[in-house]
Amino acid sequence: MNQALQTYGQPKMVTIKKIVQENEFVKTFFLDVSLGVKAGQFVNIWLPGVDEKPLSVAYDDGSQTLITFYAFGHMTKKLFELSEGDKVGIRGPYGTYYTWNKGDTLVLVAGGYGAAPMYFVANEAIKDDCKIHFVVGARNKDLLLYLDKIEKLPNVELHVATDDGSMGLKGYNTEILKDLLAAGEVSRVFACGPEMMEKRIVDLCSEAGVKSWISVERYMKCGFGVCGHCCLDDSGDRVCKEGPVMSGELLAASPEFGKYHRDKVGKKVKL
Amino acid sequence: MANLKVKFCGVEFPNPLVLASGVMGVTAAGLLKTARAGAGGVTTKSIWLNEHVGHKNPTMIGTEHYFINAVGVPDAGIEKAQEEMAKYLEKHHVPLIANVMAKAVEDFEAVVKEVTKLNPDLIEINLSCPNVEDEFGKPLACSVIKVAEVVKLVKSCTDKPVIVKMSPNVEDHVGIALAAEKAGADALCCFNTFGPGLVMDLETRMPILANKVGGVSGPGIKPLVLKMVNDIYKAVKIPIIGTGGVITGNDALEMMMCGASLVGVGTMVYYNDVAGFAEMTTQINGWLDEHGITNIEDIIGTLQR
Ligand SMILES: Cc1cc2nc3c(=O)[nH]c(=O)nc-3n(C[C@H](O)[C@H](O)[C@H](O)COP(=O)(O)OP(=O)(O)OC[C@H]3O[C@@H](n4cnc5c(N)ncnc54)[C@H](O)[C@@H]3O)c2cc1C
Ligand SMILES: Cc1cc2nc3c(=O)[nH]c(=O)nc-3n(C[C@H](O)[C@H](O)[C@H](O)COP(=O)(O)O)c2cc1C
Repeated sequence: MNQALQTYGQPKMVTIKKIVQENEFVKTFFLDVSLGVKAGQFVNIWLPGVDEKPLSVAYDDGSQTLITFYAFGHMTKKLFELSEGDKVGIRGPYGTYYTWNKGDTLVLVAGGYGAAPMYFVANEAIKDDCKIHFVVGARNKDLLLYLDKIEKLPNVELHVATDDGSMGLKGYNTEILKDLLAAGEVSRVFACGPEMMEKRIVDLCSEAGVKSWISVERYMKCGFGVCGHCCLDDSGDRVCKEGPVMSGELLAASPEFGKYHRDKVGKKVKL
Repeated sequence: MANLKVKFCGVEFPNPLVLASGVMGVTAAGLLKTARAGAGGVTTKSIWLNEHVGHKNPTMIGTEHYFINAVGVPDAGIEKAQEEMAKYLEKHHVPLIANVMAKAVEDFEAVVKEVTKLNPDLIEINLSCPNVEDEFGKPLACSVIKVAEVVKLVKSCTDKPVIVKMSPNVEDHVGIALAAEKAGADALCCFNTFGPGLVMDLETRMPILANKVGGVSGPGIKPLVLKMVNDIYKAVKIPIIGTGGVITGNDALEMMMCGASLVGVGTMVYYNDVAGFAEMTTQINGWLDEHGITNIEDIIGTLQR
């Protein structure tokens, strides 16, 4: 059995080798394990005695796994307080991942911590001679993530938008996508970020006739397709199994995507 | 190809494989996806009258040999059930079993009345979840007296066939089954999960499940379930849904031979995904054809002893 299979159903404790503080609320952990994760997949991170939550993988280089997370609620705030040398539980990888063809022109659109999985995509896709437009957006320049890392990648053009205009275009990053789509030659569009942004991207791509793939988030219990908590209306596709990377076409047909999600007891909550 | 139809409490199931409660059963969309994948019937996640919050994660652990869970039966309450069940019944591929849950005997009245209005094909009463013991004490299904009380009450407030979901964690499973039958139960679902059991992390010496202990299901419990289903089959006249550790079509055939009319399938989804339902019916069909059996109902209770 390979390592990935061993950690699929039961968490394994691994050491946090290094911690980088990305901004006031966001940190990246370098975990001492490789699970053979593909860009777009996620893992469940377990803090014994606290909780276990799904987080996207920001990079898996064959020897370590990176996660970039926002100190949001009770679990991620505790995670935020850990130090180098501490251990966390990890299991996975779970779900679908991004795919592309050799030489594709890809537009990657990231909002917030969505920059992390998109950075993973960029890193892998350039190995397949893809040309990449990396579009990032945030409320202001202090909240933009991974800029220096993205700038260092060859064949990657960085585009920035901020709501307050403190860096790059003043406005939404979807405006940049619109221009790129209008200029033509885009093979695929990938996106990870707030769902309203993603919804707009799905619409823009379908108008332009370009295929899009989107990282979707839903409340998850198991993370491996058993409980049915993250089934999307109406197809019943599980965000943890048929997702988290889902096609724009499938999402456009969902009465749920961009409108509501479900809380921890399964009740609908408007976005 | 053999006829896989099973008539159960007057309801016709296109095949005997019924999705067990708690798996893929939170929404209509999940149930319909499972029905499209080949389940012969589906059971909702346990429905409460009011919102009930479950346990924190981790709630599930899977291994090659067994599965363990302590989800803590979270549910949004009857309003969500109204919306989701109506949505399911609009499409209604295969029969719907509404699984209901309540804290105490008297609390079953309100939830069963409400769920009856939603018109499921059958109602299953969950008296047996081992994961909420801390909250509610020993499951109702562990007491002959309590089981009889609940069944009488539930029967008086619904005209739907009533299935009693049994606990395997009792001294006298046959006695409990007989008590349920005598009180008027139309069928039994044998069984809920075993235990509770404990899975720990060697490194931290901590139980992994947030609830510390959980109910055990999956391949490892199959021999225990087969034996106990057979014990009960020999003692009662009402039909049985045999549930526990059924992963393959052959497992399902064994369960029926031990006395089950329908076969509950939950943890299989962990191993083979929902596509496993179609694979199981293919295997069942193959075996029946090979043995010249044209009606699956003919194998029920045919264990040779
Ligand atoms: C596939 C996937 C990938 C994700 N990747 C990242 C990532 O790379 N970085 C990051 O910072 N965050 C990521 N998230 C979100 C992350 O899971 C939540 O921020 C985290 O669960 C919050 O937990 P908490 O205890 O800190 O907050 P809580 O106080 O428990 O909840 C705050 C909010 O977080 C969400 N949430 C809580 N629990 C869950 C759960 N079990 N499953 C899904 N959502 C939940 C809900 O919207 C909730 O309202 C991802 C979520 C999913 C589903
Ligand atoms: C994740 C999970 C959740 C469950 N939730 C419920 C539930 O809400 N109500 C219930 O009556 N049984 C519940 N069960 C028990 C199953 O319906 C079934 O009785 C048991 O798992 C044995 O069958 P299996 O081995 O095919 O899974 C649950 C089981 C699992 C694995």
